[in-house]
Amino acid sequence: MLIDRRMFFIGAVALSTSTRAQTTDLTGRLVITGSSTVAPLVLEIGKAFEKRHPRVRIDVQTGGSSRGVADARSGLADIGMASRALFDNERDLFGTPIARDGICLVAHKTNAVSDLTDEQVKALFTGKAADWQEVGGKPGRVTIVNKAEGRSTLELFLQHYKLKNSDIKASVVIGDNAQGIKTIVGNPGAIGYVSIGSAEFEVSQGTAIKLVSSGGVVPSSAAVQAGTFPLSRPLTLVTKQAPTGLAAAFIAFARSSDMHPLVKEQFFVPLQS
Amino acid sequence: MYRSKVDGYVGTGLAMVGGVCTLLVLTIALFLLRESWSVVQGVGLRRFLTDSAWNPTEKRFGLAPMLLASVATAIGAIVIAAPLGIGSAIYSRFYAGRQAARIQRAIVTLMAGIPSVVFGLWGLVALVPLINKIMPPGTSLLAAMLVLALMILPTVALTADAALATVPMPLQQGAAALGLSREAMIAHVLVPAARSGIVAGILLSLGRALGETMAVLMVAGNVVQVPTSVFEPVRTLTANVALEMAYAVGDHRASLFVSGLALTLIVAALAVASWRLSEARSHG
Repeated sequence: MLIDRRMFFIGAVALSTSTRAQTTDLTGRLVITGSSTVAPLVLEIGKAFEKRHPRVRIDVQTGGSSRGVADARSGLADIGMASRALFDNERDLFGTPIARDGICLVAHKTNAVSDLTDEQVKALFTGKAADWQEVGGKPGRVTIVNKAEGRSTLELFLQHYKLKNSDIKASVVIGDNAQGIKTIVGNPGAIGYVSIGSAEFEVSQGTAIKLVSSGGVVPSSAAVQAGTFPLSRPLTLVTKQAPTGLAAAFIAFARSSDMHPLVKEQFFVPLQS
Repeated sequence: MYRSKVDGYVGTGLAMVGGVCTLLVLTIALFLLRESWSVVQGVGLRRFLTDSAWNPTEKRFGLAPMLLASVATAIGAIVIAAPLGIGSAIYSRFYAGRQAARIQRAIVTLMAGIPSVVFGLWGLVALVPLINKIMPPGTSLLAAMLVLALMILPTVALTADAALATVPMPLQQGAAALGLSREAMIAHVLVPAARSGIVAGILLSLGRALGETMAVLMVAGNVVQVPTSVFEPVRTLTANVALEMAYAVGDHRASLFVSGLALTLIVAALAVASWRLSEARSHG
């Protein structure tokens, strides 16, 4: 009992001195708004940041990439979040990438098809090719696994293949990546798309899926990291000017290699360090 | 009438607890109304029923196929679960030996405690691939009906069992004295006497089936459409809210609250019907 209390006391002293040492410069509140894709990651990074600097409050609100950019410009937010690079007409703002998001096509392990052209992917997802034979596979009905409306993976997929969600003839609509992968495992004729991070993780666990390359580009986290994978985009923090003070400290913290595990937990790909 | 001080305190306390419950329900209903109000005003309720598709980000708000899917999965589930549940109740009450009846009741009660996500997971990894072999894609109205039927089976069985238990003994004795066979007694005297209780239980289960989310989300396929066969995927109102709420903003978000409101109204109607049946029973 005595020992317990003493150790607790030592621990408390150690904690208070260490926090005091680090809070000398950083106090205040950061308002961060924007993309619902980036928000969960920034929320986690924000928690870690608050733990390190107890006198800082990080306030994260979602509302889409365009709100993030608009709020950063108007000054409503200290930092805006966008799940894309800045557009050309937004060059007056300052964008810093903190991670990359990539998605890949996933099919059942036994599927004979391992590469699809963009045209073939379009034909499959719009229902023009309803049998695997039509894209060079073994005969069998195609099951299209699509994401629910509002998901960032859906948005990226539609953007890349220049499709509208109402064009897609889905047989199954799913919520998160894990549900999609389980659906594909249970259906040898299924094809869908998920975050590359989650697909690679499942393959490493021996799950009966495979990553299908699109237009000859083999999907991998490394390719996303290098920026050579077409179905990927940067997750960007937007500020009005080059970041200073608290905002600069937070952005540097978000980009540090300490945050890579958090980035991977959200199935995003860390930047090259 | 004399009331002790303690009695008074307990009465006041209980009244407050009851009041808080009522208030909570009202608050939730008001919240649903408030959150959906902007889209009800801006878009109009009619478009939720008449729009050709559900693409809120492309300004199309057709909820009707999901309303239909919710009702279809729930009714399909009850059609499967009711005969099984009532049969199980009749068996444990009139046919099974004492020991067998106890074991069966214990197992049914245990089944009632299995979390819905477990049923969903089982459906996704076992049932859906099986249906897929008969008719792709496997995730379908049928899968949803079967998983829901399993989930509400214990409710049907336990409420039917309880209803049969309340049938007055003299009815059974009278029937036996008339020389009726056990089958005739059950079919023509005991089950009819417990009918309102059994039906109230079925309505309760129907409410549960309508409100179920996770299990249905995992096996139904979630495609917004009016199915032409039980092998086609459907999306229920609950699955719609769960799938899209996390990322919805503006009118899209408000229209999801409209789905919630529609569902709440249906379940409330069922609850009232179930309650009136039990009332009828206690007066008859």
